[in-house]
Amino acid sequence: MSERASVPKEEDETEPETEQEPVTTGAQSVIRALENAGTDYVFGVQGGAIMPVYDALYDSDINHVTMAHEQGASHAADAYGIVTGDPGVCFATSGPGATNLVTGIADANMDSDPVIALTGQVPTEFVGNDAFQETDTVGITQPITKESYFAADSDTVGDDVSEAFALADAGRQGPTLVDLPKDVTQGETEVEPGRPETPETYEVPEEADDENVQEAAEALAEAEHPVILSGGGVIKANASNALREFAKEYEIPVITTMPGIGSFPEDHELSLEWAGMHGTGYANMAITNTDCMLAIGTRFDDRLTGGVDSFAPDAEVIHVDIDPAEISKNIYADYPLIGDAREVLRQLFDAMPRAPDADEWRDQCQTWKDEYPMDYDTPDDEPLKPQYVVEQFSEMTPDDTIVCTGVGQHQMWASQFWEYTEPRTWVSSHGLGTMGYGVPAAIGAKLAAPDQEVVCFDGDGSFLMTVQGLSVAVREQLDITYVVLNNEAVGMVRQWQDGFYEGRRMASEYPWIPQFDKLAEAFGARGFTLESYDNVEETIQEARDYDGPSVIDAHIDPGENVFPMVPSGGDNGQFALNEDHLDMI
Amino acid sequence: MPGPAPDERMRPKGRRNTQGIRVDPEAEVTHEPRQAVLSALVKHRPGVLSEVSALFSRRQFNIESLTVGPTVDEDTARMTILIEEPEPGIDQAKKQLRKLVPVISVRELEGEAVRRELALVKVSGEKPDDINAVADMYNGQAVDASTDSVTVEITGSKQKVDAAIEAFKQFDVQEIVRTGAAALERGPNTLEKDV
Repeated sequence: MSERASVPKEEDETEPETEQEPVTTGAQSVIRALENAGTDYVFGVQGGAIMPVYDALYDSDINHVTMAHEQGASHAADAYGIVTGDPGVCFATSGPGATNLVTGIADANMDSDPVIALTGQVPTEFVGNDAFQETDTVGITQPITKESYFAADSDTVGDDVSEAFALADAGRQGPTLVDLPKDVTQGETEVEPGRPETPETYEVPEEADDENVQEAAEALAEAEHPVILSGGGVIKANASNALREFAKEYEIPVITTMPGIGSFPEDHELSLEWAGMHGTGYANMAITNTDCMLAIGTRFDDRLTGGVDSFAPDAEVIHVDIDPAEISKNIYADYPLIGDAREVLRQLFDAMPRAPDADEWRDQCQTWKDEYPMDYDTPDDEPLKPQYVVEQFSEMTPDDTIVCTGVGQHQMWASQFWEYTEPRTWVSSHGLGTMGYGVPAAIGAKLAAPDQEVVCFDGDGSFLMTVQGLSVAVREQLDITYVVLNNEAVGMVRQWQDGFYEGRRMASEYPWIPQFDKLAEAFGARGFTLESYDNVEETIQEARDYDGPSVIDAHIDPGENVFPMVPSGGDNGQFALNEDHLDMI
Repeated sequence: MPGPAPDERMRPKGRRNTQGIRVDPEAEVTHEPRQAVLSALVKHRPGVLSEVSALFSRRQFNIESLTVGPTVDEDTARMTILIEEPEPGIDQAKKQLRKLVPVISVRELEGEAVRRELALVKVSGEKPDDINAVADMYNGQAVDASTDSVTVEITGSKQKVDAAIEAFKQFDVQEIVRTGAAALERGPNTLEKDV
């Protein structure tokens, strides 16, 4: 049971019903394995080699959402996995179906999102012959999954799916794939799939070593400038409550990573929001000047650390992670604590000899908040500022509202100017940085949490990459509000060209972009345009009130840039607040 | 009151090296690469070799050789991997390797582990007696001979095989094949049990 802002639907019974029909084919065994694992939704696209599996799905209670493109199927499954905490499931056929899934699988792999992908494959006897719609799906996806399975036999294909499902969910979550040759799924079998169990070689650590915990707790208690860095792993481990209790009890300022957004309430006085390339100035000052960092469930990505030489250079690092391979991969861990984030936080809570003496440090953090506030100008004579749109929307919606995004400037504004207080309400593409993630992700998120409001901020470039997904949102009558922060450019690239390429705007300006309100109407969604400050609230309210998908085409200031900014490989403490600062560093 | 500009802000004195380790800002610390022998037990099934080799390539670990073969257990194969990396890289390689699902266990073998590789060297057959003499020096033996060529088998440590190949160069080497190292720990320890 995951930590959710609210519980949207009754939990399905995971025990198989006793009166289930016995399986007769490999395909039925595949579907039975998904049923046994508690699958509610599958996102997919039909095709030749996967047809036997779809045929078996015909008789199942599992809901299938036909997507407009396989990439959307993998992103929707990914978002479903983020919001529910359980693996999202996607189907595609062989060849192009499978390769179209790849982007979403890679995305899930980078962000440790639980996803299971089932792909059709040409019949075993044709494998290796360059048959129609054949591609080496296992070979292509092996590097971007926890494991890719090639189903070899109708009798064991159900077990393969069960194991892949369990593996996607276990330990550090992530994607798995099972490639299903058509003869294997069509073949006869009476073998029911086994229960979902991880492979015997897969170890999942739970508690960290007690002695290490004790040493880490003492180091943290001794610290004068302590911070907690809360990563996406805190949310994945359902450790947000444990984190909140720990931070509040020992009064330690909390910085999140971007995937960690929502693990700690941003309206709490200990919150410094998130650090990194476009993180807050105060988070970046604190992370640079800390002398002891409790980092939980983070892989110290380069967008967080900036240049490693200047990253928290005086800090002893206590690194809590369930994946031993993350320990000292990018940042050396003085105190490695390998285990489940929630368990280890509980251990640390008990092991702390006292709270660190950090009154002055907390005052210092407050001073930084005063010195580097997240504000922006809204001059009347300039076009609409995107930050204002995000902030207004945030103020109008309940705390459990789920925000999805594409990738680019709009994503940064959505993460900076929306106030997040609950886990599993921030659904974005971090590690892979997949433009086009937003439209299908919002579909997966809405189906995962039908009782929560879902808004998707997108950019014009990002939206156009997966806009066909609107047809799915319309067909399924999903109440999603898409806000396109439209600056007629791939804005982040344009920003970098202006900052680092002497303003040579090669292939970044999109003045040819369609009218998104009309495009929305063509799909059967509601379309709105937004061009001035006068009707921001009114338009947002109208879009929210519409019972179905709506698209607000918000024409924003095309010159607006994302700040603060730490240039790639730079020193977090030397973030720029404007273009002039960029020239100084 | 806006805070100081980027170059005027307070900054800590410390720094980290490229491995993310805190170092003395005054001293230049570099980790010298060293050679390590990793021995891994893996599930004996299709695709494992490509999974392991892809891991080393995509994470930019330097591998010198990789050998794989069956063990007494027909479901298990053993891989011997020679890598050359600075210390943190060796540790990282072990952890990443262990993380692959078909990998059962990984261990770095101590420096004194028994390491052997095999080479076949095909040389011009003009001076068979001289070739045999050199082969004898390295405990090698001729395994094939024709009027124009002799093929010699050499087994031993990498250094010994290197030296043998060097010595054979006087005979106009036509072709060489080397297996890369296979290695086992000395004494009663195995990958599965410490004695």
